[in-house]
Amino acid sequence: MASVLTPYRHLLRGQVRAQTAYRASFVVNLVSNVWATVADVLTVLVLFRVTTSLAGFSLAEALVMVGLSACGFALADLAAGNIERLRHYVRTGLLDALLVRPLRALPQLLLMDIGLQRLSRVGVGAAVLVAALVAAPVEWTPARLALAVLAPLAGALFFSAIFVAGATVAFWWVESGELANSLTYGGKDLTAYPMTIYGPAFRRVFGFGLGFAFVGYYPALALLGRPDPLGLPGWVGWVSPAVAAPAVGAAALLWRVGIRHYRSTGS
Amino acid sequence: MSTVIEMQGLRKEFTVRVRAGRLRRAKRTVAAVDGVDLAVPRGELLGYIGPNGAGKSTTLKMLTGILTPTAGTVRVCGLVPVPQRTRLARRIGVVFGQRSLLWWDLPLRDSFDLLRHIYRVPAAGHAARLRRCRSLLELDGLLDTPVRQLSLGQRMRGEITAALLHGPEVLFLDEPTIGLDVVSKQAVRGFLAELGAAGETTVVLTTHDLNDIEKLCRRLVVIDNGRVVHDGSLAQLHQRYGSTRQVVVDLDEPPAEPVTVPGARLVSTGSDGRRLTYALAGAEAGELVARLAGAGALRDLTVLEPAIEDVVTRLYTDR
Ligand SMILES: Nc1ncnc2c1ncn2[C@@H]1O[C@H](COP(=O)(O)OP(=O)(O)O)[C@@H](O)[C@H]1O
Ligand SMILES: [Mg+2]
Repeated sequence: MASVLTPYRHLLRGQVRAQTAYRASFVVNLVSNVWATVADVLTVLVLFRVTTSLAGFSLAEALVMVGLSACGFALADLAAGNIERLRHYVRTGLLDALLVRPLRALPQLLLMDIGLQRLSRVGVGAAVLVAALVAAPVEWTPARLALAVLAPLAGALFFSAIFVAGATVAFWWVESGELANSLTYGGKDLTAYPMTIYGPAFRRVFGFGLGFAFVGYYPALALLGRPDPLGLPGWVGWVSPAVAAPAVGAAALLWRVGIRHYRSTGS
Repeated sequence: MSTVIEMQGLRKEFTVRVRAGRLRRAKRTVAAVDGVDLAVPRGELLGYIGPNGAGKSTTLKMLTGILTPTAGTVRVCGLVPVPQRTRLARRIGVVFGQRSLLWWDLPLRDSFDLLRHIYRVPAAGHAARLRRCRSLLELDGLLDTPVRQLSLGQRMRGEITAALLHGPEVLFLDEPTIGLDVVSKQAVRGFLAELGAAGETTVVLTTHDLNDIEKLCRRLVVIDNGRVVHDGSLAQLHQRYGSTRQVVVDLDEPPAEPVTVPGARLVSTGSDGRRLTYALAGAEAGELVARLAGAGALRDLTVLEPAIEDVVTRLYTDR
């Protein structure tokens, strides 16, 4: 197993070397990437200036959702956010170069475009989550601790799957534009708030249908030990990280079908 | 001799949208490769030639697992390229004249090192192959230069090396000399000749530059409009399309009466009647020359090999 991963590790190392070669610009990128997450937190803080509770959740409780969402999203954005460049590789036929190597195409693409400058965003997301969990009334148990670690990782897998699934559209439709981004970035905002603030139809389609409710909202309920105002049983929060599995499965399937449609370019 | 590459009824269609009226766009299906049957034995150096748009690159992309065939079967090293792509990739090397497979920002040395890990080949074999390429392709001064700073010819030598470092059984080259300067072209051709002579690697070379294959490939497959229009040796190609060797003689005096030899045809006579050009269609050059020498003092003699360009131009215009 380890030896199967060795080539990818070397690819990653080459990529890190290339991306950090220009140190000053890397640092600037690192810093400027913080703002996206900070802005998310500020939005919630501003909301709480006019109200003391959001759909029955206190500031700290709401920030647990923001933290879970931000952590998961930032990790996914680091690993898979640049997969949207697939569009460009498909149009120009650059994918040819990856396909003649004895490695899987998707991991190669992910490594090639890994967004190291987004590391800072992961840091901010983690800090928000930790601070919120400290401030919120959480009764800590080993199970809750495990969930607090697992939920953002599952969220990262979930968002990565959406990034990948959105990008595969390019295999069929090269001019897919910002379609995929609207789903991922919209989804991120969706997961940062209690599901109860959305209308039932919206909730049904995006929250439960596409699974966004299980990234921030349900794990937060389980961490906080609160019942679901929407009436789902308490164990839902505990198994919600499993939502990553069907998402990853679906994305992988889409990818496999999509790459068979790759047509390269005429010379 | 075992067969390394096998294609049967291989076909690839592309659907293209074409303008039909001001706003409407209609779909049209074009067959880039239109039923190719071909078997390549181990160790062969095959020239796969044809004009631009003939379907050479598309064939190569199906052989390397980049494109899924629309119909037909294809096997390379006993593997089906698309489903077994990563396994096949270890056993083949690929060079695209118009697309770099190297890391743009890394020096050649680092690219080569990375490739060793990607292909997971033992260091000793890798080093030996690199040594051989370094001397044959004169890479020594280039190893520490980032790929983006290399000239096209230098980069191509790097690409060929990169394709061979894992010791592939088959090497596919798609227009490796396109856009190269004369010196680099010679270097590439010389290297391929050497590789072909060693006989360990099967080489498939696509090109539209016929000089590439004239001295290199014993077998030529000519493809046009996605179909094989010739498969055989260069000599057979000449024979089939009626191109012949020519003998040009300069005599001291015009011959008293026409010199004729069965199988040789007088093509032209110089204005002073002393330069005669014969086309050989079956006759030996020696026989003709002996006869001419008997008819008068022979001053000069040239034997012209048929130009492959002539043949192929005829082939292309003969559609
Ligand atoms: N990705 C593609 N999409 C649409 N048409 C293509 C594509 N690739 C090749 N073709 C068409 O197929 C034909 C053969 O192309 P190609 O195999 O690149 O030719 P060659 O390499 O012999 O010059 C050409 O007409 C080309 O325009
Ligand atoms: Mg081509």
